[in-house]
Amino acid sequence: MRKHVSAFAVHGILLLYTCLALFPIILVIMNSFKAKRAIFNTPLQPPMPWNVDLIGYYKVFGDGDIASYYLNSIAVTVATIVLTLLFGAMAAWALTEYKFRWNTLLAIFLSLGIMVPIRLGSVSIIQMVSELNLINTLTALVLVYVAQNLPLAVFILSEFIQQIPKDLREAGRCDGLSEYNIFFFIVLPLLRPAMATVAVFTMIPVWNDLWFPLLLAPTGGKQTITLGVQQFLGQYITDWNAVLAALSTAIIPVLLLYVIFSRQLIRGLTSGAVK
Amino acid sequence: MANVNISNLHKSFGQVDVLKNINLSVDDGSFVVLVGPSGCGKSTLLRSIAGLEPIDMGDINIGGQNVSQLAPAKREIAMVFQSYALYPHMNVENNMAFGLRFASTPKQEIATRVAEASRILQLEPLLKRRPRELSGGQRQRVAIGRAIVRKPKVFLFDEPLSNLDAALRINTRVEIARLHKLLKATIIYVTHDQVEAMTLADKIVVMNAGCIEQAGKPLDLYYKPANLFVARFIGSPAMNILQGTVAANGQTADFAGQSFTIPAKLKPGSPVSFGFRPEHCSLQKSGIRATVDIIERLGETGFVHCRTDAGEILLVEIKGDPSLSYGAQVYVAPDPKHIHIFNEAGERVSA
Repeated sequence: MRKHVSAFAVHGILLLYTCLALFPIILVIMNSFKAKRAIFNTPLQPPMPWNVDLIGYYKVFGDGDIASYYLNSIAVTVATIVLTLLFGAMAAWALTEYKFRWNTLLAIFLSLGIMVPIRLGSVSIIQMVSELNLINTLTALVLVYVAQNLPLAVFILSEFIQQIPKDLREAGRCDGLSEYNIFFFIVLPLLRPAMATVAVFTMIPVWNDLWFPLLLAPTGGKQTITLGVQQFLGQYITDWNAVLAALSTAIIPVLLLYVIFSRQLIRGLTSGAVK
Repeated sequence: MANVNISNLHKSFGQVDVLKNINLSVDDGSFVVLVGPSGCGKSTLLRSIAGLEPIDMGDINIGGQNVSQLAPAKREIAMVFQSYALYPHMNVENNMAFGLRFASTPKQEIATRVAEASRILQLEPLLKRRPRELSGGQRQRVAIGRAIVRKPKVFLFDEPLSNLDAALRINTRVEIARLHKLLKATIIYVTHDQVEAMTLADKIVVMNAGCIEQAGKPLDLYYKPANLFVARFIGSPAMNILQGTVAANGQTADFAGQSFTIPAKLKPGSPVSFGFRPEHCSLQKSGIRATVDIIERLGETGFVHCRTDAGEILLVEIKGDPSLSYGAQVYVAPDPKHIHIFNEAGERVSA
């Protein structure tokens, strides 16, 4: 009986939290389908036949720039995920598997990156990017994001690599695999769940970031979608239909990526390897 | 297949010497078992041969080629791990073929070898399964199969049966012996179980504290242990050991009140040990006096645990069901053909 009550309480709290988290998102999506007047007069009302207005979506999709901003965001996010995972896993593998002179120092250096917020270095990052002639390029964003996410990726992946039985790597060595092949064909496949976790962690802040796109790629058609939406927000007039429509559509790509990664979050991938 | 020669091998972990001056030769096609208590360095020696542990000094030759500095992959060895170490993300077939693919073996050849290995090990119905869908014994067979397909010069087994249950262990043991005959392979096998060692080996290498105590045929070790350590280690149950002193004449020694001739002259008054196996003694009208402690009845045979007047424990193997009970006084008579005398340093004294 007690068990039932506590389970009920836990689910109740979780349900409440879910509602709280979903509320603004639902509000945005709902209102993106409504006419301007309805947005302001009855913000909590779902779209009804008499107040539906798709003007926001027409504006967003009619504007060729917005589509390219979407592509920019997707390109930056995907490139960041791929590079972070690849370099993160490689660094984590090297730091856990091989004993070399600066091993510990290097690990400490990398974990410092978790503690120091990268935005503190914004000024020097702008200087560097401008000296490299990378202002208004997606490359600049990808470089910064990879640097920003690498420390945590290395940290998480190291933990997981330590859980891969040592015998497996040695079996690989006896089987005649090179160290690179051991990494790519034994370690990497077994790291899939961990990498999916890191990918989700990496993806969301990168997709949502406004700071670095504003500093490093504010013009020249290389804006990301978060920055692109800003053109509808004015000092005097804000086109709420367009803003809400753009935000609603911006959810879709991240949601898709999340679905892809969450399928990899399978537990017990290494079961059956040893014993 | 090839022979293996190890000379003056030395290895230490920091301050601790784990292998001290190891010299060992393994003949082409022979089955050598490294046996010893845990921590004696037997696994380290095997891993050194495999190339998984770097060595500090000495040479390892496989088939006449010095491989001491080569990577494991270049040594043409195959290792079967205690934990099996199967690749969990591949099915049985791919587990076996995996190494070959990287050695750029032709596809046709890989298929033939995998088919042959799975036929020998009866793995055909399991080829498409993942390791997690297999039982312990099946996993072990896959691990052996993965070694076979590589056609290595030497097979290395690191306690392959330790994770199996008792019944399966005996089956697999027989299977490994059969496999050795079939493949005419050179095998180096590590175990801490002396029964495994006795039944499988052409040559047993008994190790203790980083040194080889004795290497030889199983029955030589059984009948002529070179020292006290081997005497105690080989044989189950263990050999009875009594302490004594050399008499004034230097040719006899007293053990538990009985005088026995020693095969060579020793310094009078020096301590000696006297050993005989439970199966090489009997309860007689006269002999070493002892009191019965426990009787273990195994059916056809049994073991009587008894205690000498000095408190030393003796085991005697008996046939049938004797009418003995706790506290009864017996006389233990060792078979004079099978007694072993060890000097102060623990070395065998022979004529």
